[in-house]
Amino acid sequence: MTLNRRTLMIAASLTAAAFVAAPANAQKQYGPGASDKEIKIGNINPYSGPASAYGTIGKAIGAYFDKINDEGGINGRKIKYITLDDGYSPPKAVEQARRLVEAEQVLLLFQSLGTPSNTAIQAYMNEKKVPQLFVATGATKWNDPKNFPWTMGWQPNYQTEARIYAKHILQNVKDPKIAVLFQNDDYGKDYLDGLKEGLGAQASKLIVAMKSYETSDPTVDSQVVALMNSGANVFINITTPKFASQAIRKVHDLGWKPAHYLNNVSASVSTVLKPAGLEKATGIITSSYHMDPTDPQWQSGKAYQDWLAWMKKYYSAGDVASTFNVYGYSVAQTLVQVLKQCGDNLTRENVMRQAANLKNFQVPMLLPGISITTGPDDFAPIEQMRLQKFDGNIWVLFGEVLSPEGS
Amino acid sequence: MAATSGLATIPVAASGTNWRRIGVAVAIAAALVLPWLVSDYRVFQFTLAGSYAVALLGLNLLTGYNGQISLGHGAFFAIGGYTAAILMHRLGVPYYLTILPAGAAAFIVGVLFGLPALRLENLYLALVTLSMAVATPQFLKYFDHWTGGSQGIVLRKPAAPTWLPIGNDKWLYYQMLVVLLIVFWAGSNLLAGRTGRALVALRDHPISATVMGINPVFYKTCAFGVSAMFTGIAGAMAAIATGFVAPDSFNVFLSISFLVGSVVGGIATVAGAVFGGFFIQFIPNLANDISDAAPWAIYGLFLLAFMYAMPTGIAGFIRTMAVRYAPKFRTAVGEQPTSQPGSHS
Repeated sequence: MTLNRRTLMIAASLTAAAFVAAPANAQKQYGPGASDKEIKIGNINPYSGPASAYGTIGKAIGAYFDKINDEGGINGRKIKYITLDDGYSPPKAVEQARRLVEAEQVLLLFQSLGTPSNTAIQAYMNEKKVPQLFVATGATKWNDPKNFPWTMGWQPNYQTEARIYAKHILQNVKDPKIAVLFQNDDYGKDYLDGLKEGLGAQASKLIVAMKSYETSDPTVDSQVVALMNSGANVFINITTPKFASQAIRKVHDLGWKPAHYLNNVSASVSTVLKPAGLEKATGIITSSYHMDPTDPQWQSGKAYQDWLAWMKKYYSAGDVASTFNVYGYSVAQTLVQVLKQCGDNLTRENVMRQAANLKNFQVPMLLPGISITTGPDDFAPIEQMRLQKFDGNIWVLFGEVLSPEGS
Repeated sequence: MAATSGLATIPVAASGTNWRRIGVAVAIAAALVLPWLVSDYRVFQFTLAGSYAVALLGLNLLTGYNGQISLGHGAFFAIGGYTAAILMHRLGVPYYLTILPAGAAAFIVGVLFGLPALRLENLYLALVTLSMAVATPQFLKYFDHWTGGSQGIVLRKPAAPTWLPIGNDKWLYYQMLVVLLIVFWAGSNLLAGRTGRALVALRDHPISATVMGINPVFYKTCAFGVSAMFTGIAGAMAAIATGFVAPDSFNVFLSISFLVGSVVGGIATVAGAVFGGFFIQFIPNLANDISDAAPWAIYGLFLLAFMYAMPTGIAGFIRTMAVRYAPKFRTAVGEQPTSQPGSHS
């Protein structure tokens, strides 16, 4: 009996020692969810509920991983993609995140969608030290590596965009007097903060009028009238689609001719500009970072053709006019790059290290000149945008690639 | 002796009490052992299911016992959740002291809402309460100074004391279990006595109930208030367990799933609330596991199957089974049952 136990103990400690020693010798290192054969990736998307229109992003990501797997995977490992529905409900997102981390044992959580859902799981992910990579939201707070070293955004955030407008105004408008219309919530205030920061010390002098609206307001006509009467020559339109249409129409009908900056949230030709009247929208400036699949200027290019071929082969049920499918494709390519860089060291620590080590990574469907760069103190992957002006028919790019800091 | 459905409780009452006691004891024992048998992630799910069960007890009291249909209980759940969150986040109140104020806040709103509701019957009341569910997320966004707007409020999750060798999830589970047991004890006492009979009488025959001296204004308002209070307590429990509240946590669908859960569990029963809580928590997940292409179609099938097989809900089904088999068991094995017929595992 004692002999048996002792033998067992020795055997056990030898085995344990072997396991401890192994990683030191071998090149390969694995965190939970990674092995010689596969890499498990978790995702949470609203396939049901009020935001289910975004669900196509989760499907597009899966379709892109199918393509990668067909081509042999990443460094010989197949991607196992587990995507769960949270119905855009934060408590459900918490539950699904816990399921992915604790029951499914994924290596990382990728592209969980929505500011509320990501806010709900952020503390948990950082406490568990599981990467919460490239979250699908425009809020600025995801770029906070000091407090949340396991969370990273992807798309340009609202403040970045606002600072780009501020910079353009300062460089191009003589004696600017700025009027701002904004939605009275976190999204609107995020933009406003970025704008003020971009304008610098003189912000309070340059901004001559600010009006807000509630999403429950029937129109923003009275706000636009008040802004015009302030004598401003620049109008910054921080509104969601319905209100953007109203404001564009009202500005035109009043005969007001300011330099008109429209936020990217409402840059859709079909849902915003058409209802307002295309001729009324002519001359408006906005910014963008990825190609619009309905824009003829990209459709003959290789990037679009590759994207279209992938859509047809792997996601034939998807809409080829939807920018969400461009988004899913591009963000999935970014993750694949991170995992390639990880090589055989697929630990959660190394995933974050590599995610923060992207250097001028080119994503085909982003606008020419825009690339992804991150660093240990820079958790905002896309910080460049390009300005475009509406010519009455399509958005026409102009000027250089802009970023809030250098030129 | 036309002893059907509602009246069927009378003949079984004598033997039923024993069976019920045994059932409750088994359920509590199972609830105590459960966290040691499953993973922490499941423990968290059961904690949420428990909070839904408390919410459903509130709804059952109002809709089941008093016959007032509410499609707006998500609003009381939100009031409870936000009261707890604001107390914890803005005023630094420890989480365990926020549950009673959450219930009190929901009680006040419930009573205020119950007063105009007195003039509305059935479907009209359902519509008015639905309006409350629809409006809740926007109200929460509007008062963003307190509620944090659409970003919500992030709460620190309660940690188990260091001297206690159980994880945070089990610790929270047991505390919430205590809350649940207190609410259920209070609720079943209330419903088993004079008040319960008054509520049922007002539901079944308001005119004769009034003639017998039952004050409809008092009892109906009371039902609304107490119902809202239970649901508010549940909201606080869920907020503490999730560690986060946001307007999107309390959408219209939550209110509708409460009604679904209480009917599937067994309307006008106390035990039904527990089964309903399990239904709300686990059936959508199960549907998602079966088919991620059409989870809500599967959910619909589950709902149809439940309603077809158990028209009086899960609790009603168990009671029917007990009525049918319990006397036989009693004669066979006397007063010492070794297994409980119709018990669900």
